[in-house]
Amino acid sequence: MGLLSNKNKEVLVSPLSKNNPVIIQMLGICSALAVTSKLEPAIVMAISVTVVVAFANVIISLLRNTIPNRIRIIVQLVVVAALVTIVSEVLKAFAYDVNKQLSVFVGLIITNCILMGRLEAFALGNGPWESFLDGIGNGLGYGLILVIVGFFRELLGSGTLLGFQVIPQAFYDWGYVNNGLMILPPMALIVIAVIIWVHRAKNKELQEN
Amino acid sequence: MELALSTFVRSIFVENMIFAYFLGMCSYLAVSKNVKTALGLGIAVTFVLVCTLPINYMLENYVLTEGALAKWLGDSFATVDLSFLSLIIFIAIIASFVQLVEMVIEKFAPTLYASLGIFLPLIAVNCAILGGSLFMQQKAFPNVGIATVYGLGSGIGWLLAILGMAAIREKLTYSDIPKPLRGLGIAFIITGLMGMAFMCFSGMNI
Repeated sequence: MGLLSNKNKEVLVSPLSKNNPVIIQMLGICSALAVTSKLEPAIVMAISVTVVVAFANVIISLLRNTIPNRIRIIVQLVVVAALVTIVSEVLKAFAYDVNKQLSVFVGLIITNCILMGRLEAFALGNGPWESFLDGIGNGLGYGLILVIVGFFRELLGSGTLLGFQVIPQAFYDWGYVNNGLMILPPMALIVIAVIIWVHRAKNKELQEN
Repeated sequence: MELALSTFVRSIFVENMIFAYFLGMCSYLAVSKNVKTALGLGIAVTFVLVCTLPINYMLENYVLTEGALAKWLGDSFATVDLSFLSLIIFIAIIASFVQLVEMVIEKFAPTLYASLGIFLPLIAVNCAILGGSLFMQQKAFPNVGIATVYGLGSGIGWLLAILGMAAIREKLTYSDIPKPLRGLGIAFIITGLMGMAFMCFSGMNI
């Protein structure tokens, strides 16, 4: 009985690509789009969501036999809300600037569909350790998309990465201009659409009719 | 009055829940496959927004903010700051309100209940609802009337977006889309284009 049996490894790895929460399961799209105009808030958001999903999964999984079915949504919301409150207070204390940039989206982790989706679909029927791995896997899969989108939007939109200038000044002297459109909300949608396009062109079995 | 009107128009067009903040995207993408259910969900979301925003506004201003309790419980509460509880309180209000609405509709309008089906309980986890309350907290509206108007406007904005999207997707069945883009991919691109169209309202003031 290893801690990482094949099934557990599958639980951890499949959300990264084949069963990605954002581009396949359609969960957690709201925040994936809103926080990605720069790379740094995208990374902080990814870490926060991973932490919350993992621990919410564990707690619900431990409680799963004692929660009455009728009120389970409220119980789940309270557990998640308590965890998000902790994360939000930690961010306020140690990363105040990023917290300001993320504004309401830290609070909105509560209604992030990834949480409810994974709690309903996985934690209610599996043990705590598998649920923990599932939470980490889905958090990372979500983070991966966030980081890719954040990377392209910051690179093309402001010519920087994590605040450092990466496109050399010489380019600007030759007439290169930052694409201001990338910073605006609609381009986040288009970037995700392109990711889906590439991903599904490679994995033909995922295509819809 | 002027403020109410400008808040109303801004929350529908300029600060549209979907196109400017991407709130409520999950149900927006999942339910926008035909116009009828989209309309039902849109109305339910608007209704819940209009009802929960004033309640949360009162709680925020008379219980949760620093010194708020002192207004009606006396000076000994002047230093109590409960604002860290706001997330839990807001979501509890929203979840219980959705439960209440569900029970009322089930009792008095069973046909409407049957047509909304699973979407009713899911409103509790719609980001647009909690987002409305959190934006209300951030914007610090002067009175409860403006907060209600903001809720109504945000709801109508969401309704407009999902209705437009559903109408476009119904037509889309007849078009020839590259295979990998079908379904989710093209839905994102359309939303992006609609968002760009809505951006022409930005900076509009009344």
